[in-house]
Amino acid sequence: MSNDTKTLKPIDHETEELDKVIVRFAGDSGDGMQLAGTRFTSDAALFGNDLATFPNYPAEIRAPAGTVAGVSSFQVQIADFDILTPGDEADVLVAMNPAALKAHAKDVKPGGMIVANADAFESRNLKKAGYETNPLEDGSLDGFRVFAVPMERLTKDAAEGTGVSGRDVLRSKNLFALGLLAWVFTRSIDPTIEWLEEKFASKPDVMAANIASLKGGYNYGENTAAFKHTIVVHKAALEPGEYTNVTGNTALAWGLIAAAQAAKLKLFYGSYPITPASDILHELAKRREFGVMTFQAEDEIAAAGATLGAAFAGNLAVTGTSGPGLALKSETISLAVSTELPMIIVDVQRAGPSTGLPTKVEQTDLLFAIYGRHGEAPLPVLAARSPADAYAVAIEAARIALKYMTPVILLSDNYIANGSEPWRLSDIEKLQDISVPFTTEPNADGHYLPYLRDDETLSRPWALPGTPGLEHRIGGLEKSAVVGNVSYDPSNHQLMTDVRAWKIRNIANDVPPVEVYGDKDADLLVLGWGSTYGPIRGAVKRVRKDGLKVAQAHMRYLNPFAANFGEVLMKYKTILVPEVNSGQLRHLLRSEYLVPAIGLNQVTGFPFKVSVVERKIREVLA
Amino acid sequence: MTTLTYTRKDFQSDQEVKWCPGCGDFTILASVQNLFAEIGLPREKFVIVSGIGCSSRFPYYMDTYGMHGIHGRAPAIATGIAITRPDLSVWVMTGDGDALSIGGNHIIHAMRRNVNINVVVFNNQIYGLTKGQYSPTSEEGKITKSSPWGSIDHPFNPVSLALGAEASYVARSIDMDRELTERVLREAYEHRGASFIEIYQNCNVFNNHAFLELTGKDTRDQNRINLVHGEPIVFGPEGENAVIMENGAAKVVPTASVDPSQIIVHDEFAVNPSVAFSLSRLSHGPHGPTPVGVFRNAERTVYETVLQEQIDTVQKKKGVGDIETLVRSQGTWTVE
Repeated sequence: MSNDTKTLKPIDHETEELDKVIVRFAGDSGDGMQLAGTRFTSDAALFGNDLATFPNYPAEIRAPAGTVAGVSSFQVQIADFDILTPGDEADVLVAMNPAALKAHAKDVKPGGMIVANADAFESRNLKKAGYETNPLEDGSLDGFRVFAVPMERLTKDAAEGTGVSGRDVLRSKNLFALGLLAWVFTRSIDPTIEWLEEKFASKPDVMAANIASLKGGYNYGENTAAFKHTIVVHKAALEPGEYTNVTGNTALAWGLIAAAQAAKLKLFYGSYPITPASDILHELAKRREFGVMTFQAEDEIAAAGATLGAAFAGNLAVTGTSGPGLALKSETISLAVSTELPMIIVDVQRAGPSTGLPTKVEQTDLLFAIYGRHGEAPLPVLAARSPADAYAVAIEAARIALKYMTPVILLSDNYIANGSEPWRLSDIEKLQDISVPFTTEPNADGHYLPYLRDDETLSRPWALPGTPGLEHRIGGLEKSAVVGNVSYDPSNHQLMTDVRAWKIRNIANDVPPVEVYGDKDADLLVLGWGSTYGPIRGAVKRVRKDGLKVAQAHMRYLNPFAANFGEVLMKYKTILVPEVNSGQLRHLLRSEYLVPAIGLNQVTGFPFKVSVVERKIREVLA
Repeated sequence: MTTLTYTRKDFQSDQEVKWCPGCGDFTILASVQNLFAEIGLPREKFVIVSGIGCSSRFPYYMDTYGMHGIHGRAPAIATGIAITRPDLSVWVMTGDGDALSIGGNHIIHAMRRNVNINVVVFNNQIYGLTKGQYSPTSEEGKITKSSPWGSIDHPFNPVSLALGAEASYVARSIDMDRELTERVLREAYEHRGASFIEIYQNCNVFNNHAFLELTGKDTRDQNRINLVHGEPIVFGPEGENAVIMENGAAKVVPTASVDPSQIIVHDEFAVNPSVAFSLSRLSHGPHGPTPVGVFRNAERTVYETVLQEQIDTVQKKKGVGDIETLVRSQGTWTVE
């Protein structure tokens, strides 16, 4: 693919230039809204806009058709400047049925554009969505610019003669909507045509129907007088360089592959399918050309167990899951702490407890990641802050796991996992060598002592099965310090417990210091971790534009905290911690540093809106 | 390379063996150490993985690589080792509780995948380390600390379970029979794929004489059915009993009562496990005539072999992966 956009036909309509636009596609879960949104995003990315996306869909594969519960949506913000979030209220809503309108009309800006599939607004669907009269006709949408387009009829007309007929034709109506939007945004539909040609190469009739519908939508915009103007969002003035658009799950998977190369190890990924982590397994399973060994285990416990075995055997061993799976892996992670083997546990957080809201976002596993094991079993915890950041964090998690011979928990969440953003490829640092030497010779007078530690890192040596002369046994029973035999000695257990804690605490000196953005001399520090980065940074930018003084710091290292963290905290009179949980980082700050941090907390299943964080900052500073 | 000449002593670790005096585990340990010395594979190539329970202390007593894992999860840990390191000989030493109760899920899946691991189940039909509760192989009605009115649980037949999960090598031995134990352990070692060996192991503290019908002087000849490949299945002091198939099930009959052609000729290499399964149903417990020896020794695709083939094929087709190309694979654009 390239970024060449073919010259468009001259536009006869009035053109509105905007610096940013928020578009939301909404329809039944079977209407193909995720695909329409993703394609719209890809085209915007290739065009050169900055963007951020937010897919939102029900947990059910096919929730009852036509109901509000079954609505699936995809929001994307495109802009000609550097943006951080998919935005709050939509400028444009595409509503494929009454339920989609019902669920999303309240999130459209006053005066915003609503493009509705008029054919779906018949009495049965209206009733299912809870409308007594047709909102397209009863004046209730008067505050918006409403375009009622008979998309189903037009899709049928467009696809005539392609060989696809009957109800199957209607499966292409998402492409009709996409084509129409492409016209509104003066975008070429060629990249999507190319994509369809590749995707449906083996189904020529489906390909033809989809392309015809896409073109039908585009031509409808051009040929009817319905749309009075088109919208132009220019290329973003991003930092020069080469970009791609990436989701968090994909970036994380690629980061693991890169980490294995940097560590000169083979990558083993043991996992059991779970929303929203499965796409990491899918991506890695494709990558046999990198020698990646994926293992779909019988359950979460086996995934963790096989991963620990692969670590013992000398691989970069990774398991991935979401909250419920992390609970099941907990016992194995304790064994990894005890045996001091390097492994990475990826937790793509979702809303809990229990099955909770499996397709929605939360940051509620922080304390569980840090403390959720039996016995005292400390381990490092890192968090990605955005889709692209997941790549670098995966490599960093591997570096720490290998250097310190410890399991590491890497926190992502549903917002990062499925959201996407442009990623400046030139920002990818050249891979550093993070390999650790395996021990191949006896380390003590002709003997191998598996718990003879490195003076600096306190990490134990890694001798692989198959190495002559270093045969040894490890396990979950307490080991004697240095020698590593089973030991029930009371003072030895005290020592080993302390050493395990020191080893992890010591990592604080081996991570970059916390950096403060904004007004370093402000009274207020807004502190966050994980996927709240975008909304917090967006809000801080807005209030600073108005002259308010605010500092911001965002934590990648959550256990241990960077060595300078306490010092940073002490500089600010007020510390505000926005979190998509009920105050877990705040709890840690208050207990570890005795600072009176205040929270902004939300557990609705949705990420923060920039405006919510902004309002709180203004309130705190008032 | 020099010829490896090991003795049993080379496989003994410096750790004191802490099983109860008279435990059947001692004999199994001796059999394994003996056999490993005889096999001649370099000592560092052996990895022994265990879970929790008396039998699971096994790795500590072997001077090889080993991991004492967590309850029930040894097959999962061993799977991760075997998949990524086909050069190693990976053994799971486990018990009836560890393998068939808390670890039941992992056992069946390791068997069906046919990962190259050897699972040795020390079946004493009781929980020893937790001091005497009934196990998933304890007989119904058994009086134990957790079943003072008799166990209500119906027990597993471990060999049936392994065959049902399509294990490609399945055998049964008895702790006291070191010759048979060493023979089936060796065959398991040589077999590529998942091997399952049940060893009747006497717990003289909590479940003494559980296998007396097979080991006692007065009873063993009547009850022990030795499975020998290619031989008709007959047993008893004078060969007076035989096993035939009747209505789809194996059945013990007086040898004299049937035509010799009706007697099952044991075929351990049969691809279809149905006859082996029927044989495993002859006894439960064991009570009465019980087959020992090899039930099944079949060739089946090995998990890690195919995994490696996939990697080789894809690398041949696409070339070895390049990360710079990968991060650009979804399309890029350039900001000037």
